[in-house]
This record gives sequence, structure tokens and C-alpha cells, in this order.
Amino acid sequence: MHGFPWWPATASAYAGTIDFLFGSLLVVAALTSGLVFFLLLFFANKYRHGSNADRSGAIRKTWRFEVAWTAATLLVFVGMAVWGSTIYLRLYNPPADALQIFIVGKQWMWKAQHPGGQREINELHVPVGQDVRLVMASQDVIHSFFVPALRIKQDVVPGRYETMWFRADKVGRYHLFCAEYCGTDHAHMGGWLTVMNPRDFANWLEDQGGQTTLAAQGEELFRRYGCSGCHESGGTVRAPHLEGVFGSPVPLSDGSVVIADERYVRDSILNPKGQVAAGYAPVMPTFAGQVSEDDLAKLVAYIESIGPERSGS
Amino acid sequence: MHAPHDETYLNARVGIRSWLLTTDHKRIALLYFAGITFFFFIGGIAATLIRLELITPGPTLGSPDFYNRLFTMHGIVMVWFFLIPSIPTTMGNFILPMMIGARDLAFPRLNLLSWYFYIAGGLITIAALLLGGIDTGWTFYEPYSTFYATGYLILAVFGIFVSGFSSILTGLNFIVTVHKLRAPGMTWYRLPVFVWSTYATSLILILATPVLAMTLLMLLAERVLHVGLFSPQLGGDPILFQHMFWFYSHPAVYIMILPSMGVISEIVPVFARKPLFGYKFVVWCSIAIAAIGFLVWGHHMFVAGQSLYASLAFSFLSYLVAVPSAIKVFNWTATLHEGWIRFDAPMLYAFGFIGLFTIGGLTGLFLAALPIDVHVTDTYFIVAHFHYIMVGGAVMGFFAGLHYWWPKITGRLYPDYWARFAAILAFFGFNLTFFPQFILGYLGMPRRYQSYPPEFQIWHVLSSAGASILAFGYALPLFYFAWSILRGSRASANPWGATGLEWSTRSPPPPENFAATPTVVRAPYQYDQGKPCMQAGDV
Ligand code: HEC
Ligand SMILES: [Cu+2]
Ligand SMILES: [Cu+2]
Repeated sequence: MHGFPWWPATASAYAGTIDFLFGSLLVVAALTSGLVFFLLLFFANKYRHGSNADRSGAIRKTWRFEVAWTAATLLVFVGMAVWGSTIYLRLYNPPADALQIFIVGKQWMWKAQHPGGQREINELHVPVGQDVRLVMASQDVIHSFFVPALRIKQDVVPGRYETMWFRADKVGRYHLFCAEYCGTDHAHMGGWLTVMNPRDFANWLEDQGGQTTLAAQGEELFRRYGCSGCHESGGTVRAPHLEGVFGSPVPLSDGSVVIADERYVRDSILNPKGQVAAGYAPVMPTFAGQVSEDDLAKLVAYIESIGPERSGS
Repeated sequence: MHAPHDETYLNARVGIRSWLLTTDHKRIALLYFAGITFFFFIGGIAATLIRLELITPGPTLGSPDFYNRLFTMHGIVMVWFFLIPSIPTTMGNFILPMMIGARDLAFPRLNLLSWYFYIAGGLITIAALLLGGIDTGWTFYEPYSTFYATGYLILAVFGIFVSGFSSILTGLNFIVTVHKLRAPGMTWYRLPVFVWSTYATSLILILATPVLAMTLLMLLAERVLHVGLFSPQLGGDPILFQHMFWFYSHPAVYIMILPSMGVISEIVPVFARKPLFGYKFVVWCSIAIAAIGFLVWGHHMFVAGQSLYASLAFSFLSYLVAVPSAIKVFNWTATLHEGWIRFDAPMLYAFGFIGLFTIGGLTGLFLAALPIDVHVTDTYFIVAHFHYIMVGGAVMGFFAGLHYWWPKITGRLYPDYWARFAAILAFFGFNLTFFPQFILGYLGMPRRYQSYPPEFQIWHVLSSAGASILAFGYALPLFYFAWSILRGSRASANPWGATGLEWSTRSPPPPENFAATPTVVRAPYQYDQGKPCMQAGDV
């Protein structure tokens, strides 16, 4: 056995922020329960049957107390809600120039695809001090990507992309778990997050062998699946050029406008009739069931690569 | 022949038919007691096996599939066949009509039918679990349930569906009873808090259970007929399932805890020989909990991919729903002030309830904080939190009520020494079982894992050690209650010096409860210098 571990490893500044919030709530909880338990025991002893404590001051007007402790409780609770929410908002604001890694969950493993084309299973290597953004999909049931040392997790729901981001600040190896029950080997669906020095990370990437980048593999697939037949000049059908689409607003035929992010591109491929670009006939066939999650990631990476330069890089 | 004043609901009629076809609310309550005890035993065996399995970091008792079936069985049986029906169908059935001075519930035959729904549903589900079990967890998440689950899922889900009718009909019965059958003088603000909280529980039962029924039917439609509802493979939405499931299952938490709060609100004034502090606040807190409880289901989905704004709103509302619970704790505590406090077994269980519920509630505040939930949801922190509420709270409340009303129900006393010992044992066993799980959870140990990293082992070992003490604490009452029935001395009408109507009639009560309908002359829990002032006027 390993002694008594009290506190999880801390791999990011964000984890420190969470620990501080958690610690503060612990203090509030300890004070509140301390007060309640003290009063319970104090009254229980002082006013036990048979004691001759003075009982002449019984409280008749209870409403003052009720109003006081209702107001106090409400105030403290609202404070907690606001504090928690402001931290939570950070999870929804990924930095623009994050390193983007595609993750696919399936019974019972996590597969990662780096932009350079490197792949790994139940392992994720990332450089220290760099923002990393995960674009995650599931091939079967709901899984949940969980790294306790980063204090974050995100369910990965089949049928759509979920994203999450982090910046690991400390070199090391940290547990990676699946947190959403997913069947027989749920407990074995995990491995390690390895945070490395930039130099070591570069070496590690190199050691994975000369790969074609994810985007280049995607370009290849773009031809193989026949996308280019429609989407490039000289095609038989009038279809939008995909250069510059990614990250920019797309007017849809129903009058709404969406930003073309990973989710939109993915949906365009799997469910083209769902969101039809304005000015085009809904003639694109669905590729649902034909393109695997791995290939989808490549196609998305390709379309992303021919989008406008991302700000900041 | 018994002389008329010896006639009780127990000996008025004899034979198995007189029980299985009875429409007496008191006898039906005993039928429920039998069922509840049986299912608690089954769920408890599963819990014991789970704790045994987790003593070592690797597989101990069986395969991963075996473990998955184990916790699924534990969850399903405990939630639907023990916790949800526990207090309302047993003590609610027995005591509520007596508390308001009624002869029976409004619909006695419907009451019996409810029991048959409950038992039928329970047996169907148990059959599914014994035929090979199911591996979905009690939450039946999609698309796992439609496409990946193995075993007798359809049968188990159908069993839960059937038992839902028991919930709905029982809730309906209580609501009509409270509206229609109150004795003269029993105004709304003279109702004991147990009646109010059972009433609030009944509102949830009839409003939430149909949603569960629909969700389960939709699940069956998808699994059997492949109607696309929840699975992306069929064009459905897995998140929709979670919304529907938690729309029922969060309020279900209050179905479990509100009745216990009602029990505690009875016991604390009686053993402190003082009126309940802030009666009206406690009453309206129950109603507020039932109402706001319908608006917080999304806190189960903070990492599931619901929208940011939904999460912010659900976090805020979750804090809001905690306010009335906190107020109740303050009121129970304040009730002790200047009392004449006795420490009989029911009061010790009540103290245990307040302590454990407070810890459970406070850790709920951690979970309502969005970024903390992101870290600890689906870990042992959650497991610990809801066991503090549902076992520390609801089950402690169940035992508190059982010890409190036992003399009324059976007409016998039990050995108070052993009962107090059991209460203390359960309290310490409980804390040793579940407190380490908070630490495990914050360390990052995910739930529903048969195997885990070895550094977590020490906390699991402590937890399992606690579970063995807890099991002992829960098994003890079986023995001294059995002894009480066989050998216990006769209980008087009002052994605790309580003020409620149920204590103004004989123990055990006659079939018709009261010789003549009582007239209520005052609010509940009135004491004069520690002496009870009965709610019923002299007949
Ligand atoms: C039969 C011709 C055809 C093929 C083959 C085709 N598309 Fe399309 N695609 C279209 C048309 C037409 C539209 C615009 C209407 C719409 O949004 O459905 C479109 C829209 C899109 C969009 C949305 C673009 C925007 O401006 O909003 C994306 C992304 C896309 N396609 C990707 C692909 C990919 C990747 C493939 C190959 C796997 C593919 N398409 C294959 C015809 C095609
Ligand atoms: Cu999993
Ligand atoms: Cu909830």
C-alpha cells in the first residue's frame, strides 16, 4: 500500500485555482458544520432531561431567527455560485493558438492523433507550458476524458465533437481515466498523460517516425472520398469552395449564420441536410457510416488547415 | 373470543387471506414492511459484495462483468425498491391516517393495489437480475442501453415501470386523504410536519414518476423496436435521455429525503419536550424543496455537454434548493434550546440523521460549484455525497421512525440499550465507510471501477472496514425487534410522551384506529414545562 494520499497531484495552474476554491469551501463547510454540531452537543448536554438549567428564556418570536439565517445562507450560497461560475467560464474560452489534438474514445481505449500525424493509444504526450485543445469524439457509447491532476473532465458523447483545453505547467506522468461508465472494461479505459519539456516533446514526436501530417492525410482522403469532385473548381456540381471556410461565419439557407468550427464541419459531412449553406442546393450526400471517426478527424484537420490563418499564429 | 377492547388491527382477523386481501392501511403498511425489508436485504448483499471486491486494486471476487452487474443490481434495488417507497409506504401508510384522525386512507383498495404493483415490479426486476443481471448501472445511460447492454435489460426496466404505478397511486392516495379526511379541528397548520412532508413527497411522486415511466417506455421502444430517440446511430440524442432521466431522478432524491425530514421533525420536538422551532418555516421549506427540486436536474450534466448557460442556471438553482434544507437543520437545532432532552434510541437516530445530513448537504454545495463538479463528478466524491444523503439521511430517518413508531405498530417495547448501541454503531460505521470516499473522489478515483490504481487502496480498505461495522449496525435491529415481538413488554398508548393523535389511541391500534373520531384542539408538539398537551381534545 502507498500510505495515505491526501491530495491529488497538481499539474496546472488551473488545478491550483480549483484547489483554492475547494479549500475555501472546506473552510466554510467546517465552520458551518462545526457550529451546528457544537450547538447540538451543547444544547443536548445543557438541556438534558433532569438538568436544572434555566429554561425561562424560551424563544417565542422565531421569525427573526428564520429571516436572519435564511438571508445569511442565501448570501453565502450566491457568493459560492458566482465564484464557481467565474472559474468555470474559463473552460469555455480556449486560447486561439492552442495545440490541437484529436481524441477518439471507443470501448475501451482512448486514441489520440497529433497534428503531425503521430498516433497513440491510452497515452497522451503534451509539451509543458503550452495550451492544448482536445477535439474529442466517441465511436460508440459515452465516455469521459478525465485527468485528475488537471481537475478537468469532459464527457465525450457519440454523434458530436466535444472540446476541452488545458495548459499543463508541470512535467510528469499523470493518470488518465474514463469517468463515464462504458461497459466491461470501463476501469481499464485509461492510461497516462505525459507532460514533457518542449525539447523532449519534439524528440518524442520525431521518434514516432516520419509521419505525414494529419491535414495532409486529410487532403488525401478528401480526394479518395470524392469530396474534391464537388468542392474543387471544375467539379460537376456547384458546391462551396472550402478554402477560408473554417473559423468564419457561414450563412445558412434558413437565414441563420453559424461559425464554421469542428462541430459544424463534422455535421456537414455526416448530416449535410441539417445545415445547408445558403445559395447551394442540398445535394451533398451524407457520409454517415462511411467515414470512421479517425478519418473524420483527418478531414476536419484538412479543412481547418485551408481555413484562414488562425489569429495569433 | 377477544373482548372488544382487546381487539387490535393485528388480531381482528386471521389467516393469510385476511392479510393479502386486506384494505386496512395498517396491515398494508406491514405488507410493505415485509417487501422493503426483503429488498433492503438484497441490495445490502450486493453492497457487501461490492465493498469486498474493492478491498484489492485488482479483480477479487469475479470478472469485470460480474462487478458491473453487482453495482447495477445494488443501485436499482436500493433506489426503486427500497429508498423511494421506504418511509411513505410503511410509516406513511400506517401513521399518516392516524395523525390526521382518519380511519383509513381515502382509497383503501387502491392502496392494496399499489402494494401489488410494487411487489410485482420488484419481483420482475429481481428475476431479471437473477437470470443473469444487467450491466447498465441504475442510470441506463444511452446509447449504451439500446445497443451495448447485455442481459435482461428489458425485463428489469419493465419491472421498474410497473412499480412506478405504485408510486403514483400512493402519492394520489395521500394527497386526497390529507385534503379530505382530516378530523374536525385538524387545520392545515395543525398538521404534524410528517404529514406535510409526506404531502410534499406525494406531489413529487405524482408529478415526476410519469416522466420516468415515459423515459423507460422510450428506452424500451428504442431497444426493442429501434425507434430512434436517444441513440445517435438512429438519429436520436443521448443528452435528451439524460434530461428526461434526471428530471425524474433528481426530484426522486427528495422523495427519499423529505419523508425522513418529516420523521426527524416529529422526533426532535417529542424528545426535547418542546414545540418545533419555526413550525411554519419547516412546513414551507418542505413545499419549497418539492417545488425547486424540479428545477435543478441539470446539475447532473455539467460535463455532459449541455449548454454553458444551462449549467450556470442549474448551478444557481442548486444553491437555491439547498437553502430550505439548511433552514431545517437550523430549526431542529434551535428546537433543542431550553428543552428537556431525552436520549432514547429514536432521538439518537435523529441526531445521527442531522449530523450525516448536514455533511451530505454541505458537500452538495461543493458539487453545485461548477468547476468543482467538473473535477469530482463521476468520482467517489459523488458516491460519498449521495450516500450521506440517501443512507446517512434517508435510511437513518427510516430507522429513527421505525424505532419511534415501533411500540405503536407492534404494541411492544424493544430493549432500548441495544437500540441505542445499534444507532451509535451505524453512525460510526457509516462515517468510516463513506468519509474516505470523499478523499478518494477528490484524489480522482472514478466510480464504477472494479480495478483501480494501487495508491487508492488504503482508503478502499478503510471504507470496506466501515461497511462491515455498518452492516452489523443495520442487522442488529432484526434481532432485538424479533425479540421485542416475542418477549418485549407491552407498550402503553403513549410511551414517549408525544402529543400526536396516533398516540392517543391504543398500541397497537384497534382496526378502526379511534373509538370515536377525535377532535383536534391545538397545534402539534405543545408541551407545558416538558409535559405533553395532547392534540386531541378529551373525547
Ligand atoms: C455531390 C457533391 C458533393 C460531395 C461529393 C461532397 N460535398 Fe460537401 N457540399 C456540397 C454542397 C452542394 C454543399 C453546400 C450545401 C450544403 O451545405 O449542404 C456542401 C457543403 C459542404 C460543407 C459546408 C461548407 C460551407 O460553406 O458551409 C462542408 C464542410 C463539406 N461540404 C465537406 C465535404 C466533405 C469533407 C466531403 C467529402 C467527404 C464532401 N463535402 C463531399 C456538395 C458535395
Ligand atoms: Cu468508461
Ligand atoms: Cu440532483
